[in-house]
Amino acid sequence: MTRLTRLILFALGGTVMAVAFVLAALDLPHFGTSYHPYRDLAVPAAVQHHTANVVSAVNFDQRAIDTFGEESILIASVVGAAALLRPSKEETERLVPDLGRTLQSTRLIGYVLLPVTLVIGFDVVLHGGVTPGGGFQGGVVLATGLHLLYVAGSYPALDRLRPVTTFEIADSVGAAGFAVIGLIGLASTGAFLGDFLPQGALGQIVSTGTVQVLSGVVGVEVVGGMVVLLSRFFEQEITVQTGDD
Amino acid sequence: MTALVVVALTVVALAGTAVVLADAPERQAVSLSVFGTTLVILFVVLQAPDVALSELGVGTAIVPLMVMLTIRTMRKDRARDHEEDE
Repeated sequence: MTRLTRLILFALGGTVMAVAFVLAALDLPHFGTSYHPYRDLAVPAAVQHHTANVVSAVNFDQRAIDTFGEESILIASVVGAAALLRPSKEETERLVPDLGRTLQSTRLIGYVLLPVTLVIGFDVVLHGGVTPGGGFQGGVVLATGLHLLYVAGSYPALDRLRPVTTFEIADSVGAAGFAVIGLIGLASTGAFLGDFLPQGALGQIVSTGTVQVLSGVVGVEVVGGMVVLLSRFFEQEITVQTGDD
Repeated sequence: MTALVVVALTVVALAGTAVVLADAPERQAVSLSVFGTTLVILFVVLQAPDVALSELGVGTAIVPLMVMLTIRTMRKDRARDHEEDE
């Protein structure tokens, strides 16, 4: 494709996109008014299923199938990136012992915040149906938090704390768990991802039916996916060496 | 409330421009993290804590970290190709 063809193609696509975007934006409810058609539909639907966090109700109940698609995209991209980053034939894995110096203050903050971050991560996953947060947010917090050990300590320490195989399994178990819960819903309610669990009382930790369970398996999948993805990058960076040196 | 939204939006616009104008990819990774933080503040002001939490994890931590690691991996690769050429 020549430069000119690309430019014409971009101009066409860009123009259509710009016109469609402006037209769509003009039709939106105005900013800062009290007219919220989606809220008026989503909030009663969430309360009906005893889910205090409406955002979680939208994600894991009202449009759970979309979330299923998103989780599949996540696992597919993790697999793709891991395949691209795997050591090639002329590269061998070797741990380089000296990885530079870390400031004492950085180490202190890292070690203090490591347990705090992990607790917050679990909290965000486990309260996803009740307070802001959920599997995705909590999973990202947990996966990032683990890497404080690398910032504060060393790569070997991180390597011991997170056996990558376990997280690879967690990634697939989380993704498969979502599908299995969906199929159980299909078998018991007649709809894929249908809510088949007792819903409890609004605002209680054990409530929300399948929302909290789905949020949990998403949490497991996200922790697994993020850790595997980052570990591949770290391996490329830290342990992979070319054959001749 | 509206004044807060205006301030938050302005800060987001400034931080976004700073990311674009940063001259090296590794500087962009760091400024991207700052840009993510300003977005978090905007989302909190707009009362969207769920989105703010996602942005905090992904936009300010994971993405800049991956950009940094990618840049370093590419540099190492290039240096090796360069050595082989000589």
